[in-house]
Amino acid sequence: MSIVFERTRGMVDMPLHYCPGCTHGIIHRLVAESLVELGLMDDAVCVSSVGCSVFTYNYFDCDAYQASHGRAAAVATGSKRVLKDRTVFTYQGDGDLAAIGTAETVHAAARGENVTIIYVNNAIYGMTGGQMAPTTLVGQKATTSPNGRSAELQGYPIRVCEMLSTLDGTAFAERVSVHNPANVRKAKKAIKKAFEVQTAKQGFSIVEILSTCSTNWGLNPTDSLKWLEDNMIPYYPLGNFKTPEEN
Amino acid sequence: MEKMLMKGNEAVGAAAIKAGCKYFFGYPITPQNELPEYMSRELPKNGGTYLQAESEIGAINMVFGAAGAGARVMTSSSSPGIALKQEGISYLCGAELPCVIVNMSRSGPGLGGIQPAQGDYFQATRGGGNGDYYTPVYAPASIQETVDLVQEAFDVADTYRTPVIILGDGMIGQMMESVEFKDIQKRRLPQKDWALKEHVEKGSKKLINSLYIKPEEMEPHLQKIFGKYDVIKKEEVRYEKFNCEGADVVAVAYGTVSRIVRNAIKKLEEDGIKLGLIRPITLWPFPFEAFDEISPETKAFLSVEMSMGQMIDDVKIANAGRLPVEFYGRPGGIVPKPIEVVDKVKEILGGAK
Repeated sequence: MSIVFERTRGMVDMPLHYCPGCTHGIIHRLVAESLVELGLMDDAVCVSSVGCSVFTYNYFDCDAYQASHGRAAAVATGSKRVLKDRTVFTYQGDGDLAAIGTAETVHAAARGENVTIIYVNNAIYGMTGGQMAPTTLVGQKATTSPNGRSAELQGYPIRVCEMLSTLDGTAFAERVSVHNPANVRKAKKAIKKAFEVQTAKQGFSIVEILSTCSTNWGLNPTDSLKWLEDNMIPYYPLGNFKTPEEN
Repeated sequence: MEKMLMKGNEAVGAAAIKAGCKYFFGYPITPQNELPEYMSRELPKNGGTYLQAESEIGAINMVFGAAGAGARVMTSSSSPGIALKQEGISYLCGAELPCVIVNMSRSGPGLGGIQPAQGDYFQATRGGGNGDYYTPVYAPASIQETVDLVQEAFDVADTYRTPVIILGDGMIGQMMESVEFKDIQKRRLPQKDWALKEHVEKGSKKLINSLYIKPEEMEPHLQKIFGKYDVIKKEEVRYEKFNCEGADVVAVAYGTVSRIVRNAIKKLEEDGIKLGLIRPITLWPFPFEAFDEISPETKAFLSVEMSMGQMIDDVKIANAGRLPVEFYGRPGGIVPKPIEVVDKVKEILGGAK
């Protein structure tokens, strides 16, 4: 019998802790497949964050750090400055990156640190039980915005890729989604490109991946994908915001 | 080597480079700025990297990244900035990463002031961040001692896989003294087989981590770390005991203040009063053993500090209820004068002898 589908060798053979219907699993696979296909898996260094992705160090089959909340970009900076030829990437959620880790992220980009940020945006704090995130949409309900996020009271969600693409140190910034197979394929293309930018020493690269959180959104997995498409994409438009010029 | 005149902050940098420090992550704060400035100038010439972080938090997490990759790495700050680093120091201890952290302390709480103070004693000797941990703390009293201890600190950090703190103050950082860069006795250091490497070794996944989600794994992790602390307490305690034999009063003072006490000792001699000095060089582990033998003539211990009284807690533990433990402190950036210590000693002894 021929093998038609198998676990990527970039991931360790163990069960993931994510909730049923969560898109983290897809994103993990895309990152691992990309690194394997580019021949970078053995050399990769993963910086795990705090939140649902806290255990990513267990799943990727490479060396790893577990960073404190929001500081992954700073840890990646310290690591990459020493391990110049290894592929250093962080894997962070929106609470970790866009709230507590804003300074570390913005300045890693501004310095043009030659690292890759895998930024998973599901518009909510998942691990802690569904609190409002910096990316929670106006009107979206969360346990700390029970009546829906109010722009007057809680302000507006942050568009990270747009913000970082204004910085000269950012070489590559693209927002993708994993709500259907066509977009999953586009997401993988962006992830591969981001790692290629790092290999070519072109500077800071970030891929923002719109993701679902069925558990804390209170929707079943299928409705979650639909909610992402109908609500997140209009506010967080997909596409490339910055890419190095081809020589 | 010849002696040279150097400012404390710059001498720290020179000593770190001599000790093989290759990475320095800095952030400006008075009174330690000459150290990151020196490193930005000198480290690249010595094959190293200086990087200015976006904050003290950024800097200490860059230290986490570089230390995890096996580099000899340093960061520095002053009191409010060291407070910001505490989260990172806790993680460094949890992940057992070696590094050297310099605190040229100033007064607090809050923004406090920029003059020398010793109000960070608790922060330095009681962990400072969350969880069960300590860090070795060296408190130099001269620029020469600073230079010697910085080099020692890197070896201690590597030996025990722990952050090590150099606790100076604005006086140590800012004053100039003559120093000699002696070759300190090299320790036999363990291989950093736990660290990430430039080139990956097949089948040996490395993880730098302080997360142990299962209590039955976290407890042994802490017991292992505290096992190292037991060895540090046994092997690394350093102190100086001066003039204590037959002393009327024994002062306990570290860093800048210990020099003032030495001047007070001379002045009191003229009045026929003998003041002794116990000078902790390691604040953690605290030199409890220095208090074991007390002359029958000694009537009290006197903790002299540039704070409202912090080390006095350790002096009381060391004294174990045997003698009265008195305190003289000038906080807020005031450096006490020798005569103030003289007067306090006379007061303890019930007026002029």
